[in-house]
Amino acid sequence: MKSLLDKYAGKLVAAGLAPEGGPLVAGLDAELEWSREAKETAVLGELFSLLNINSLVFSPLAEPHRSLVEALAQEAQGAITPEDCETRTFLHDLPVVRDFAPEPLAAALKRRKGCIIPGRGLLAHGTVSPEQGFVTVSSMAFACFVKFFSDHLAALRRGAVDAAARERFARIASLLPPLRTALPDLDRGPFAAAGDAVRAMVQAGKATVDFGLVDSYFGNISYLVDDTLHISQTGSSLDELAGLIDPCPLDGSTSHGLTASSELTAHREVLLRTRARAVLHGHPRFSVILSMDCTEADCPLRGACHARCPMGRCVADVPVVPGEVGTGPTGLCNTMPAAMVGKRGVLVHGHGLFTVGQDDFREAFSALLSIENLCRSEYFNRVAALSA
Amino acid sequence: MSRHGWTGRIAHVDLGSGRVEIEEPSPEDLALDLGGKGLAGRHIHASGPRDWDDPDLPFVLAVGPLVGTIAPTPGRATLMCRSPLTGAVGDSSVGGRLGVTLKRAGFDALVLAGRAPRLSGLVVEHGAVRLADARELAGAGTDTVFERLEDFGSVACVGPAAESGALLASVQVDRHHAAGRGGLGLVLARRGIKFIALRGAGKVPVADPAGLKAAREEILRLTHASPALMGSQGFSCFGTGSIFDLMDSRRMMPTDNFSRTRFPRAAGLNAYAYKERYRPEKHGCHGCHIRCKKVAADGRSMPEFETMSHFTALIGNTDPELVVAANAACNRLGLDTISAGSTLACHREITGRDLAPDQVLSLLEDMGRGQGQGRELAQGAARLARDRGRPELAMAVKGLELPAYDPRGAYGMALAYAVSTRGGCHLRAYPVSHEILRKPVATDRFTFSGKARIVKIAEDANAVVDSLTACKFTFFAASLEEYAKAYTAVAGVESSAQDLLRLGERIYYRERMMNAAWGFNAEHDDLPPRFFTEPGDNTGEFPVPPLDRAEFLQARAAYYAIRGLDEEGRPTDATARRLGLA
Repeated sequence: MKSLLDKYAGKLVAAGLAPEGGPLVAGLDAELEWSREAKETAVLGELFSLLNINSLVFSPLAEPHRSLVEALAQEAQGAITPEDCETRTFLHDLPVVRDFAPEPLAAALKRRKGCIIPGRGLLAHGTVSPEQGFVTVSSMAFACFVKFFSDHLAALRRGAVDAAARERFARIASLLPPLRTALPDLDRGPFAAAGDAVRAMVQAGKATVDFGLVDSYFGNISYLVDDTLHISQTGSSLDELAGLIDPCPLDGSTSHGLTASSELTAHREVLLRTRARAVLHGHPRFSVILSMDCTEADCPLRGACHARCPMGRCVADVPVVPGEVGTGPTGLCNTMPAAMVGKRGVLVHGHGLFTVGQDDFREAFSALLSIENLCRSEYFNRVAALSA
Repeated sequence: MSRHGWTGRIAHVDLGSGRVEIEEPSPEDLALDLGGKGLAGRHIHASGPRDWDDPDLPFVLAVGPLVGTIAPTPGRATLMCRSPLTGAVGDSSVGGRLGVTLKRAGFDALVLAGRAPRLSGLVVEHGAVRLADARELAGAGTDTVFERLEDFGSVACVGPAAESGALLASVQVDRHHAAGRGGLGLVLARRGIKFIALRGAGKVPVADPAGLKAAREEILRLTHASPALMGSQGFSCFGTGSIFDLMDSRRMMPTDNFSRTRFPRAAGLNAYAYKERYRPEKHGCHGCHIRCKKVAADGRSMPEFETMSHFTALIGNTDPELVVAANAACNRLGLDTISAGSTLACHREITGRDLAPDQVLSLLEDMGRGQGQGRELAQGAARLARDRGRPELAMAVKGLELPAYDPRGAYGMALAYAVSTRGGCHLRAYPVSHEILRKPVATDRFTFSGKARIVKIAEDANAVVDSLTACKFTFFAASLEEYAKAYTAVAGVESSAQDLLRLGERIYYRERMMNAAWGFNAEHDDLPPRFFTEPGDNTGEFPVPPLDRAEFLQARAAYYAIRGLDEEGRPTDATARRLGLA
């Protein structure tokens, strides 16, 4: 158990979400174990008697997450409701609990997977594994990041940004890590053997996480060898793909894809339509933010943009399409693959970015990184233009 | 408190006299037991520790507050009594239209006591309940019953297996669905009931329709994001058989009566092969968008995963047509396919003789008719193995034959099988979800570490699911967080996932109390010795060793402590008081 607790504490730090030594992870089977000693265990330990759970993840946040979460929490009435895909699908809303005491924390965690504790950080629970709390904390940080920068751009469009907000925004923006442009040296394709393809997928997945282009267990990756699509499993972290890649025959003649990524159908369609061999999907933050930036103030479909936006928008050469996770009637498998034809990548509204490579992941990764860098630059261009 | 969601009416039927009394429980009582499994458990517990064939022990059909609303996958109902096969709690969650039709007919539950003086049917329509003469259906197959009663909204019935005393007798529902496990069909037959036929047109009042619509959208969004449910290789496309390939690749396919964990011919017997051969149509329970049930072009039900596996790997068969035919025979005769397959496998190992396809069908027919060797086989693997002097060859827990997940490949499943209140059951804690399907997150399937509490919490959660009464498959994607929102909207009872888990803990603990009163203890919370002494098939990538007995016992002891039981697995007064059960 202890190694599991340490693993997820370490992953929050490695992802740049938490300061070194900050996360506190607890697991309960017959006995309660903590990843480290901390004064917060007195309060947090009480939660195990108030809730039917087996794990907790508590984490103070590293910058810029700390400042932007504080800013959102300051204005929140009970809960924050980001509009990104991870929140919409899995979190629903993010309760804000101002009193660091067992009962109010338990009240929030009774109905949601996690909560924000202003001045302290994020807290989440699990009933199966500490990984659940890690995923929730990571998703809450992602959702808050996207909401903070999205809200500022939207407020600028409405002309509703005062001097204090401008100053706060500038300070938080200054805390962003520098752009990364140097590409990792990924294996060159094409790969004729499944083993080579799988090794390249493991390598590219890890690079995607290392570059901050996806968090926790979101994102997916695939490569086509002959008539078999090799794809990352659902709920697998892109930086830990070894042994977690499913071979899925294109003719569907086995059901090993039962544990494959929820985007198996979308990947398959992309490969069939584009003749590419490699597909990479991440959740780069500014790509997601720009996918949600809209100038149609009075659109009758407001609130359903993620599923039904008809505008056909682009960020530079990258199309933005609506589409929800998976294979439902408004699933992205119905929109993204067609938009990928002739493109290096496609943005899915509020969700993330898909890119392709003809032979290997060098091209797909390069597209993922350059589009994210493009979106980040374009975001600040729009902010500057609207602020002028 | 409001009375949305429930009808607020429970029919107590004295089968001996035909007298019906209507109980109108308070909304507070309904909210405490929820419905389905919880409501049924309350009535059976209240009747005291009786034998399964004591007419004063009720047989209960109950539904939950979500049934009959737009909440996703609400088309389930619970049947419960004491199991004739195991002597423990016997309950089954069953689909079709049974649940919603009971609700529309005006009832949350039917509580049946006594014994009908002649073979009868129970007719439930538009708020009334009456007995009907069913003697002309004596010995009839369930297909005949369904044809005869096709004007009803829903029909549950027993086949000749129940009437001839089979402990493996199921209750068949709406032709394609079964309350298979534990011999509940035999209980109905002993009460003189051949069928329950229902119709009704009532509406289920919902406290907050807008809130329910929002909850529904959240749940649908999650299920559409689930590869196991709605993916191109998931249950919606291929049925539960889509898990067949995973059990093969994970070396978890029970083969030759669990003596091996890999069936070399599995590749040609997967869900794709059945789909290509039988071109099945999708079919589902009322109100379900997943529609995991499949019906072949010739009208026969396609076998579920456990039937596919047990009628091939477990008994050494490689003919898919035999599987479909055996499934059809079990449905017609009213036999549980899991127990029937496992008992045949036990018979095969004891005799050392392979079973030809026509022998399999012939033995099933005999089991269903109570004739020849079938009479002995219809008593299940545990009695068969005991009577033949080879008790160790019954692959059963508490007398209930194990389903098609070998516990050497999933240690949470091993613990869950052992401590399940109904015996060898994969559905109480359903560790397949995290040990195989990676939901909500993946766990290491080759360790007992952490599994005791995971199993306990999952049992509580699934007790809620079976009480609401929803479908467990949905919980590969959604969670009680979303269903609490649906329940709150339907019933007008403010609730959270954790509130529901507390109710689930109470419902499940009551089952441990019932089992303890029936004589069950730690001795019965155990696995067949084979799993501790024989390895599974290695893959080259990973070994499948026997379970470590000491680690298993340690995990079981941890489970007892977490569940609030004593060291012998018996309930304690302190826990019972804490849960309001004493």
